[in-house]
Amino acid sequence: MDKLKLEMKNIEVEFPGVKALDGVDFSLTSGTIHALVGANGAGKSTLMKVLAGANGHYTGDVYIGGEPVETRSPKLSKNLGIEIVYQEVDTALIPHLSVAENVMFNSMVNHMGKKQLVNWGAIKKSAQAVLDRLNVDVDINALARELTLHKKQMVLIARCVAERCRFLILDEPTAPLSNTETQDLFRVVRDLAKEGIGIVFISHRLNELYEICEHITIMKDGKLVDSMPLTKELEVNTIVEYMLGRKYDGIYTKKDCEIGAPLLEVENLTEKEGRVKNIDFYVRKGEIVGVAGLVGAGKTELCKTLFGCYSHTGRMKLNGKEVRLGNPQQAVKSGFALVPEERRKEGVLVTDPVYANISIAAMKKYTNKVSIINRKKEKIEACQMIKDLGIKTPSENQTVALLSGGNQQKVVVGKWLNSEADVYIYDEPTKGIDVGAKQDMYELIEKLAAEGKGAIYATCEFQEVLSICDRIYVMYDGKIVKEFAYGEVSEKELLYYSTGGKSIDATNEKEETA
Amino acid sequence: MQQTKKRKQLKISSWITKWGTLVTILLLLLVFTFGNWNSDTGSSIFLTTTNVITVLRSISITTIIAIGLTYALAVDGMDLSIGACAQWASTFIMTMFIWYDLNMWIAIVLTIIVCLTVAAVNSLLIILFKIPDMIASLSVMFIFQGVALTYSRGGAITERMVRPDGTQAPGLVSEQFRALGGEPWLIIIMLCVVAIAMFILGYTKHGRYMYAVGGNKEAAKLSGIPVEKYKILAYFLSATFAAIGGISLAARIGTAQVQAGDAFLMPSVSAAFIGFSVLGAGKANAFGTLMGAVLMGVLQNGLIMLGVPFYMMNIVIGTVLAIALALTYVARK
Ligand SMILES: Nc1ncnc2c1ncn2[C@@H]1O[C@H](COP(=O)(O)OP(=O)(O)OP(=O)(O)O)[C@@H](O)[C@H]1O
Ligand SMILES: [Mg+2]
Repeated sequence: MDKLKLEMKNIEVEFPGVKALDGVDFSLTSGTIHALVGANGAGKSTLMKVLAGANGHYTGDVYIGGEPVETRSPKLSKNLGIEIVYQEVDTALIPHLSVAENVMFNSMVNHMGKKQLVNWGAIKKSAQAVLDRLNVDVDINALARELTLHKKQMVLIARCVAERCRFLILDEPTAPLSNTETQDLFRVVRDLAKEGIGIVFISHRLNELYEICEHITIMKDGKLVDSMPLTKELEVNTIVEYMLGRKYDGIYTKKDCEIGAPLLEVENLTEKEGRVKNIDFYVRKGEIVGVAGLVGAGKTELCKTLFGCYSHTGRMKLNGKEVRLGNPQQAVKSGFALVPEERRKEGVLVTDPVYANISIAAMKKYTNKVSIINRKKEKIEACQMIKDLGIKTPSENQTVALLSGGNQQKVVVGKWLNSEADVYIYDEPTKGIDVGAKQDMYELIEKLAAEGKGAIYATCEFQEVLSICDRIYVMYDGKIVKEFAYGEVSEKELLYYSTGGKSIDATNEKEETA
Repeated sequence: MQQTKKRKQLKISSWITKWGTLVTILLLLLVFTFGNWNSDTGSSIFLTTTNVITVLRSISITTIIAIGLTYALAVDGMDLSIGACAQWASTFIMTMFIWYDLNMWIAIVLTIIVCLTVAAVNSLLIILFKIPDMIASLSVMFIFQGVALTYSRGGAITERMVRPDGTQAPGLVSEQFRALGGEPWLIIIMLCVVAIAMFILGYTKHGRYMYAVGGNKEAAKLSGIPVEKYKILAYFLSATFAAIGGISLAARIGTAQVQAGDAFLMPSVSAAFIGFSVLGAGKANAFGTLMGAVLMGVLQNGLIMLGVPFYMMNIVIGTVLAIALALTYVARK
């Protein structure tokens, strides 16, 4: 097959108050997998939206095979064979339609012509054919809303390739996935590249890029930094230095901090529907306790049960006193804070400004006796948080919906860091956050620990728990299966226990590159 | 070249989004001022103190009721029972005076309390039974339209009427009460209601919480906000102001006419929704609601002065509204 080249030249995009792209060049060859990296807010998504026709007001030129083309609308882009899977998977799926309908959505919309009747048999057959081609196992009759995130993603990719697709853009597809699922995704992506599709792959997990990408483009502050082949010689730290524009050695040294008396003690916690079972654990003052486990191990459920979202049995003691948490409101009152996993859905008020989001869980700090808000104080502290977390926003008054994906995440984390809780529960706090900002976040988490707060840190990124947690609990199938102290365990062992002590081989290859 | 043009377009469109509604009001004022120009006196009969007061008075009741709705909209709710609630209030308070000859202040307090039953039923259906707010409040609307009619035996409540038991009603509507429905009191009440709402929604914790509930219920819940409590509060505020609107209506006409309150539903809903767009707020807000009511009021008043026949009125009002809203929303992404 001929190599087809897609080129973008001197692309500029401007939003009110923000120059998101400033003279960016980018090129993509069919059949290759091309990594696109950059710090949060660097302009990756914006650049890709230009290709996908979602930023119709760009200036600059786009060429396919040397021919100038216009990607001013999603329809134009689709006709050119450019497809995108956005960062927010759920926004693109229609939850109450079946998998078959979701996969064939575009053709149902665009290629019906004068036909008025839907041929269900044909739709199901074509959908099955596409899924078979990708070699993914999803029931075509299931409803989209019943699928796991990973499967939803597959459905969307299937939708993209069901049409004539020449270029496929994946915006942070691996952020919510665990290792096994990531491997599955890689397999599909490699197969598609073999078919001759050019693929853009955005990710903040730089290590995984070496596995599947041949080329890398690095962006910073809306500008192109460099574009080069991705080989082993190009070190992660070098990439990060390009991204951040400053020195980076990749090593995070955990600060020692004094661990005090037990703060939270949990005994035999069982969720009513059995999503978490017989949980016993404790958190001491100043301690960061990791909860490691694969996606689906019950980490989120544990976090939410602790926070009173699900009804449960068992005993919880905070500072030696028994607490009963029937709902999140009581949890907050008792001194808990939860950074939820699905932040867009459960964390941010997208239509509100950044400062209002940061203060909403700590209103007590900003109000006087008669509930009047001290807006000045509110904004000053919001600005401080924006600085501490490096949230990229034109001002504290910007609407959160207009921030980049990673910066929205930071706002949610900032909201809870700002609250005056005793026990902080972090559920995948670094999801979608760039490497530089991760370290800022670790520092803030440690700072709170140093003040004598307790932290529960749930994640499927084992590297993270290994580097900042004082103790680690491993979860599998809704139960805690193992406990380790800092420095006592390797990533390999964590993986062993988090797969139920069975399949250490299946995921070995991922290990080596990590 | 092309770029600066683009940038300019961007600026203009965001400017229109922000100011569209207010510009429309201004344009209407200009049109009506010069449309009603009297060349003999060299002045306009539209822009006189009396007429300005007339407009303000005419929008007062709509605004008061619409402010109540603004609270419900702030929590992303909807309350279609406000018109019925106003009607129920005006009927009830009139009977307090006319049938039972009650003291004014006692009657007012009693009426507001009685009208909170509307909120209670709304809350029950929407929060406990989880019926979607639009249909829940629609059924509540029917219920209380019926309650008001049944209570008054299907007729108006007027002074010296014959009571259902056949005796003549003893009470009169006091001058003191009637004054509440005329200027300056009605206008003062309206401005107070708006100012209080601006204050609560914009400057207190409770307002912030209501908007948070309206913006993202799940996030609000996980932030420790008692979501349901604030929803219930919003419906109670909505009913309270609908009741105050109904009481003002009774004070203004001195009787309780069948379905007079129901007629305020649509103008109030319009005013509150127009309010979303004022100054680019993007959500229900008190100042916006006031401006929405002003837009409707000016329009109605000006058209009457220009001699537009009543049967054509709604065509013009609807069209101007559509244009004002289009100006605001078309530029939005
Ligand atoms: N519609 C918009 N209005 C205003 N600003 C915007 C809009 N979309 C994006 N931006 C801004 O443009 C910049 C680039 O955003 P973009 O989403 O491309 O970042 P990103 O590189 O994808 O980051 P992340 O890794 O966090 O997803 C950000 O500063 C963002 O705030
Ligand atoms: Mg992005």
